[in-house]
Amino acid sequence: MNTVLFLIVYPVIVALLLLILPQLAIRKFIVVASTAILTAASIYLTATYFNTGAVFFEFGTEALNVGIFAIELVLAATIIIISIKHKQFLAALLMLIGAAMTIWFEQTYGEEIHVANNLFVDNLSLIMTLIIGIVGSLIALFSLGYMEEYHHHHHDMKNRTPFFFFIVYVFLGAMYGVVFANNLMWLLFCWEITTFCSFFLIGYSRDEIATKNAFQALKMNLFGGLGFSAAIILLFMNAHTVELNQLSGLASAVVLLPAALLAFAGITKSAQMPFCSWLLGAMVAPTPVSALLHSSTMVKAGVYLIIRLSPIFAFVQGGATVGLFVAMVGAVTFVLTSFMAISQTDAKRVLAYSTIANLGLIVVCAGIGTYELVWAAIMLVIFHAIAKSLLFLSVGTVEHNLGDRVIESMDGLIVKMPKVAVGMVIGIAGMFLAPFGMLISKWAALEGLVAANPILTVFVAFGSAATLFFWTKWLGKLIMIKEKPADFHPHVPGSQSFTLTCLAIMTVGVCLLFPLISKYSLEPFIASIYGHAYMLDQSNVAILLIMMALVLVLPLRLLSYENLNYKPQYLAGTNLSEKEKFYGSLGLTRDLSMRSFYLASIFGEDKLFKLGVVSSIILILIMIGVGM
Amino acid sequence: MSGMNSWIAVVLYIVLAPIIGGLIAGVDRKISARMQGRFGPPLLQPFYDVFKLMSKENIVVNKHQKFYVLCFLIFVIITGCIFFSGGDLLLAIFALTLGSVFLIIAAYSTYSPYAYIGAEREMLQMMAYEPMVILTIVGMYMVTKSFNVVDIFTYNQPLIYTLPGIFLGFLFILTIKFRKSPFDISMSHHAHQEIVRGVITEFSGKELAYVEIAHWYENVFLLGMVFLFFATNWAIGAAFAVVTYLLEIFIDNNNSRLKWQFALGSAWIVALILGVGNIAVLALK
Amino acid sequence: MSYLPKSPWLVHYDASSCNGCDIEVLACLTPLYDVERFGVLNIGNPKHADIFVVTGSVNEQNKSVIQNIYNQMAEPKVVVAIGACATSGGIFRECYNVQGGVDKVIPVDVYVPGCAARPEAIIDGVVQALGVLEEKYKKMGKVAK
Repeated sequence: MNTVLFLIVYPVIVALLLLILPQLAIRKFIVVASTAILTAASIYLTATYFNTGAVFFEFGTEALNVGIFAIELVLAATIIIISIKHKQFLAALLMLIGAAMTIWFEQTYGEEIHVANNLFVDNLSLIMTLIIGIVGSLIALFSLGYMEEYHHHHHDMKNRTPFFFFIVYVFLGAMYGVVFANNLMWLLFCWEITTFCSFFLIGYSRDEIATKNAFQALKMNLFGGLGFSAAIILLFMNAHTVELNQLSGLASAVVLLPAALLAFAGITKSAQMPFCSWLLGAMVAPTPVSALLHSSTMVKAGVYLIIRLSPIFAFVQGGATVGLFVAMVGAVTFVLTSFMAISQTDAKRVLAYSTIANLGLIVVCAGIGTYELVWAAIMLVIFHAIAKSLLFLSVGTVEHNLGDRVIESMDGLIVKMPKVAVGMVIGIAGMFLAPFGMLISKWAALEGLVAANPILTVFVAFGSAATLFFWTKWLGKLIMIKEKPADFHPHVPGSQSFTLTCLAIMTVGVCLLFPLISKYSLEPFIASIYGHAYMLDQSNVAILLIMMALVLVLPLRLLSYENLNYKPQYLAGTNLSEKEKFYGSLGLTRDLSMRSFYLASIFGEDKLFKLGVVSSIILILIMIGVGM
Repeated sequence: MSGMNSWIAVVLYIVLAPIIGGLIAGVDRKISARMQGRFGPPLLQPFYDVFKLMSKENIVVNKHQKFYVLCFLIFVIITGCIFFSGGDLLLAIFALTLGSVFLIIAAYSTYSPYAYIGAEREMLQMMAYEPMVILTIVGMYMVTKSFNVVDIFTYNQPLIYTLPGIFLGFLFILTIKFRKSPFDISMSHHAHQEIVRGVITEFSGKELAYVEIAHWYENVFLLGMVFLFFATNWAIGAAFAVVTYLLEIFIDNNNSRLKWQFALGSAWIVALILGVGNIAVLALK
Repeated sequence: MSYLPKSPWLVHYDASSCNGCDIEVLACLTPLYDVERFGVLNIGNPKHADIFVVTGSVNEQNKSVIQNIYNQMAEPKVVVAIGACATSGGIFRECYNVQGGVDKVIPVDVYVPGCAARPEAIIDGVVQALGVLEEKYKKMGKVAK
């Protein structure tokens, strides 16, 4: 109980400290110490409540609720003022409606609301806790070195690093709030705070594009927040409860519409079609922000909520239909964003599309919500959080050294920056190859979908094929062996290389440990809801582990090659004595250079995006319609 | 299959698959030659080629390519081992994908323009056939309620009765997997003008032999997949596998190489119509 | 005994030929002569090839190309110069930019005369090259030991 509170409150205190003490040395000390403390506290909490089942805490006083209400109003007012200042009247309007709904709800029903348990902890929250505590605080650590370099590269920008760290730590606190909250009003409160954090961090650079994209993200998430508010109000009006754990026990007529609205909120937060443009726009933020908010944690809040709803989709009468449309939105998103990722040249944009795609797959799993698919969904959350943050942070590191983040510039990165490149290779392999994590969960997802709804496997099959293409293409660029330019001297600050190393080890580690994670954490959790648990077949797990061992051991073979006869590439006999140059037409000396397929005519954004927006809007409307 | 039997199957596969695969390649070359009005090489020619390659000097652009090619061979063998020991079909396909990715990045690592264009085309081919492969397995599961080869194998009725569309779709992508015209765009020596030898341009000697052997293993695995559709009767299954391969040779010799756009488009359309159609019919039942 | 003579793969380079000999080399692959009977493949890639078949004379432009292709072949390897031009420069030998036969830039093992060389002569030359290939392989083994 105390640890739960500590995890929510401590980051906020750290945030305030970092804001009022802008000295670099102090910040370094606080951030390093907080990384250790948050990691330790998250692990301690996990150890305490490990497999205790869901433990609920009443915790909550009238004063606290009033406090939260007050903060909500102040924040709303701030956002409205900022929006009006930037002439973003739609954002102001959305915020105003949201605030009005909250005030009205508090005024009308404030007296009647009695929440038995405000907070709770179960295995799913613990998994999220570990992700936030370990991955989140590692990313904060990474930011130490990164933000210094960032401002070094952008001198004309005003240095607001203390503010940056303030928001990052407030966000961590809010994120803990999201995963511990059982009171939906508290959950919404933390949810909205993460929206605001995202807004401020996307707009960090304060240039035109950043501001525009920040408001776009704000608008879409506020819109989702309205769905959330509406769900709470409906729930209370019809069922007199605002507690998350009560939902799956309610009657179908009462719970379906709120569930659909909550799923809608989850869809906006997880940047599913048609809302995925906000996450693409969010890539203008400094890279640690993309890693923390827009891949490993905040967007996971959306799918976390949908996973919490999956018992409703699975058990409540009529829930399956709502769930099916939720899943369809995820499926359409998965396929189309995987396709569009092929046509992208910007590394961060590829990562953004792939993030949306994977969130889509999680939404598919959670929407159908059978026990196998919930297993797959949670595994996807774990593997994706680690591997994707590793990739984002690597791209950030590479960007500072190469000067851009275009995939084409990463030719031969394994020669230029071997350590970072190996990290990226692990991250990419982690995203799509057997025996790494994402593939394990994709496998489980396929097995689950085949049993539940075979037509959805079609989306997975086509989406996965596209995934294979764009990751392999990138992987190939990284591992090319070419001459190292003489004047290239990469610099990676200690805090960055430490974080990257940790994340790379964790990416491989969770793949090795996944049978244990499944056995001791996921299976009891799923069994507590569904009565029986899911796990991949033991012999298959053994084969996966053997493959993993091979992948880890085989590279040792590289050390044993001796006395090889090295010959340059075949260039139709026009090689020059200087490497990677050839004798071109008109007697010119030319450099070797190669460019990948992006297939923009087939997988370009312009057509596919529209298709996705139209089809997903229809699906969402049907989803909410069915809920009614 | 019981533990002991599956180990025997694995050993048999590791020993026999290259022999069978090599012989198939020999028959392929012989029949192709006859279809072109030539006499053709000896039946054992593929083995001569591989043994010769083994005895050649080892030249490389860099040492990483050797490592990746080795991994390619190992994971293709693992694929077959999973399959013939009666293991999980999805896992087998994932192992094959891993192997194929190793071959592609072996080509990438050489930083050679011909290998590069070959690698890109190879990836396009993978993207083209992957959905149909997954749908094939999905279809097999829908009928037999299992992903395990052993359960599919012992199912009481030939899968072809319930999966005709998927079988045809699988035949279509088999042309890509066997690297036959019109889809031999990534490493065919017929495409010398564009890509020299594509993916395998920069491999020589032992590595090239490994690639060749890996293809033999892979082809045996693929014919095993064809066999699964007729698995109730060994003779009919084997006969259909043979007929399928002969059909592929026929297709190979009667088609010119087409563009990647056609490979991708046609494979996906086939997967959507035949694969998804068959699955939809099964789902509605 | 190695398997080299049973599977000779060629890389064919047209230096500056009139294309007569090249047509004849290709004729060897046609059903009439069908050199694949002997396992011969026109593989077109020095890294895969055992026998380097050159037609035409050497000039300033293609000198480096011939050397590059030769250098990129794996041992054991042999060179067959086909036709009058490749063996000696032929009718082009007096040209201002022609250096002469292929042996001016790389060691040649078998010379096939003719203008153009007949397919029978080419096949015979390749078969003779197989003997040289086997010899070189034995030497290679000795060096390695």
